[in-house]
Amino acid sequence: MSKLRLLFVKEAQASYISHLDLMRTFQRVFPRTELEIKHTQGFHPHPILSIVLPLPVGQQSDCELLDFEVTQESNGRGIAEKLNTGMPTGIRVLDCYAATRPIRELAFLQADLELLYDGGVPQGAVEALQALFAREEIIIEKRTKRKEQAQVDIAPMLRSVDLHAGDKAIYATVVVQAQNPGLNPQLLEKAIAAHLPALTPDFVRVRRRRIMDENGEDFR
Amino acid sequence: MDQRLERILPRVQKPARYVGGEYNAVIKDKKDVDTRVAFCFPDTYEIGMSNLGMRILYGVMNAMDGVWCQRVFAPWGDMEEEMRRANMPLFALESGDPVADFDIVAFSVGYEMAFTAILNMLDLAGIPLHSADRPHLTPLVIAGGTAMYNAEPVADFIDIVSLGEGEDVTPELINLHRKARREGWDKHRFLVAAAQLDGIYVPSLYDVSYHDDGTVAAITPRDGAPERVVKRIVHDLDKSFFPTRTIVPSTEIVQDRVMLELFRGCIRGCRFCQAGYVYRPVRNRSRDLCAQYCLEACNDSGYQEVTLSSLSTSDYPPLTELCDNLEDFCQQRHVNLSLPSLRADNFSMSLMQRLAKGRKTGLTFAPEAGTQRLRDVINKNVTLDDLLQSCRTAFAGGYSAVKLYFMLGLPTETDEDVLGIADVAARVMHAWRESAANKQRGVRITVSTSYFVPKPHTAFQWEPQITREEYERRVKLLREAINTKTVTYSWHDGDTSFLEAVLARGDRRLGKVLECAWRKGAKLDAWEDYFSLARWQEAFAECGVDPAFYAYRRREKDEIMPWHMISSGVTENYLWREYENAKAGVTTPDCRTHCNGCGANRLVGGKCDV
Ligand code: SF4
Repeated sequence: MSKLRLLFVKEAQASYISHLDLMRTFQRVFPRTELEIKHTQGFHPHPILSIVLPLPVGQQSDCELLDFEVTQESNGRGIAEKLNTGMPTGIRVLDCYAATRPIRELAFLQADLELLYDGGVPQGAVEALQALFAREEIIIEKRTKRKEQAQVDIAPMLRSVDLHAGDKAIYATVVVQAQNPGLNPQLLEKAIAAHLPALTPDFVRVRRRRIMDENGEDFR
Repeated sequence: MDQRLERILPRVQKPARYVGGEYNAVIKDKKDVDTRVAFCFPDTYEIGMSNLGMRILYGVMNAMDGVWCQRVFAPWGDMEEEMRRANMPLFALESGDPVADFDIVAFSVGYEMAFTAILNMLDLAGIPLHSADRPHLTPLVIAGGTAMYNAEPVADFIDIVSLGEGEDVTPELINLHRKARREGWDKHRFLVAAAQLDGIYVPSLYDVSYHDDGTVAAITPRDGAPERVVKRIVHDLDKSFFPTRTIVPSTEIVQDRVMLELFRGCIRGCRFCQAGYVYRPVRNRSRDLCAQYCLEACNDSGYQEVTLSSLSTSDYPPLTELCDNLEDFCQQRHVNLSLPSLRADNFSMSLMQRLAKGRKTGLTFAPEAGTQRLRDVINKNVTLDDLLQSCRTAFAGGYSAVKLYFMLGLPTETDEDVLGIADVAARVMHAWRESAANKQRGVRITVSTSYFVPKPHTAFQWEPQITREEYERRVKLLREAINTKTVTYSWHDGDTSFLEAVLARGDRRLGKVLECAWRKGAKLDAWEDYFSLARWQEAFAECGVDPAFYAYRRREKDEIMPWHMISSGVTENYLWREYENAKAGVTTPDCRTHCNGCGANRLVGGKCDV
């Protein structure tokens, strides 16, 4: 019996695969390995997989994690290559290894954002956004699980924001709290729309770059 | 990715349907490609990707050197709106290229309710709707599929119809098109040459004239086109292409499993069933090959569910042996085999129980009619005793849900037959009381009725559909007769089946109605979300076409049917004989008991290997 972890990329077309569909995709590629995944009990047994911090649909990521248990002893070597022979475009397993660190130690994630302005970046936008994200309190409206609108302050979950302007885009590197509660970096767009409506970008691309522990070291 | 698409996707439902990139999607280098085929399915991704025929032809075409076949599906309403707003034309999933740039645009049309989706997709692609408005060789618009056994309602829009199974004729047609482009033929010259290929019907090469009463007076082929186009079939299934390395969608589809085709055709001869007639004769794939394909397909796709798909799967002669052969593999890989349809007989039941391995989901039977008399009329050779015995076995084995499918409005149906359906349900209920393993769990019996649609190329092609009012009366009659709480009754919407009946036996004059209904917003008529009969009624009125003429009229023996130029291999004489037998309540044995001389044997060169 071993607990294993996958590190994988989700990008391009695959960024539109929903969480549930992604689980199904992984379930289907596991038979390509010799691993015997632990299955649920019952008439429709299916492999027990758990994707850590599911990525919102439409975002890309270099650092997704998936945990699973196998009935054999395994250190995961050679598994990534086998899984990659059956993947849709845009999903690539980088590594498979023994899951030693508990997920609760995953504290921060770093993401790159592209805020696109089709008509060019407005004058002074970078400074204005910098000031916005430096505020002590940044309230946005968010829909709760019970579908009610709620006011949420995202400032405490936002660790750092670095901005620089390009021609038709502002590039942002942000570090946010990963869980309990975590912040979806896409919500920065909402914050802009709420507080600096004139600077609302035409489109925002998000790509997760790193996942980190409390000390800012890579979490694996 | 196209920037317009990138911006649209966050706003639409299930965006994964619109991006491609699935495992096994075929990507080719444009440098090596001289023919691009946009393979269009006039329905959603989830439905289209569940179609085995489409997967087969996708494989066949992409196996050709220089040919790149790509998939196109109808966008859902939200996506269509966004695309139109962004001025984004319909595109193919593999390359993202606009459909209008392809050499061939091929539609797979399985049902009449998809006709308006064809028009909508052409329009979204920016391709002129009418064949006559497309003077060039490209894009050539072709169509195949079961609904094309009567292509007349869409004859104005389609350049070429391919009849029957496409494995052989599609490459022939593509190669001819290639030659035509290379040698600079004009479209007319190409169409005339294409009409010489077996199984190819070119609507524009046929003139149709009508009598004053609206019936067809004559169908006259021009430029050497054949008087009758006979469908194509694959002779030897063991030598034909089967897609074991096929696209695995990254999002859930309707048939999200391996579809293993055991045989084509059906030996049964149900008189209402178009598939039963037009897919004749039966051709079996050998057991070992089926087993091999099953393993290959599971290994490649990773699916853990396999449907043994065919029209009447339990008629596959080595079915038990096949399941025996696969048992170890299935066990080891946690793979489940399932049968899509179940005959109510002992053999099917014992097999089913074996495959179910304790998964006791509901069982489905289709007695189709409520009395033995009417089942004899339609040649559905299933008896009430068979059905009840099957149900007893199922209930004793722990099943607690049974679905029963019937049709209302079958030829010669009386109120007694309608009430017979309630009686069948009551007896099934009684069978449960007698034999249930565990009565505490209760039982759920569901009776569903559809509204019978007479189809071309069947024994009932001459029959009127009953009127919608009469259908509703029979529904009410049955509803009142079913009075136990454990029996749930559900019935099909009459509007849809009425329109289906009009389109199924329609002629070319419906082309303008289709176009008019589409302009009024008809696009995904197979979906309740979008279908509106009122819209169609307006279109019929504006075009001066009476839908009752097509749905409710009894045809005479000597009437020329609009689809007269099309042959499924089964002779019209045979169909008429079956019609007479139906009216006399005389049953016809299946093809294995003995050959009834339907004519389909000529397709395989003499004798059917049933
Ligand atoms: S020719 Fe005879 S055996 Fe062949 S399909 Fe027709 S009835 Fe059946």
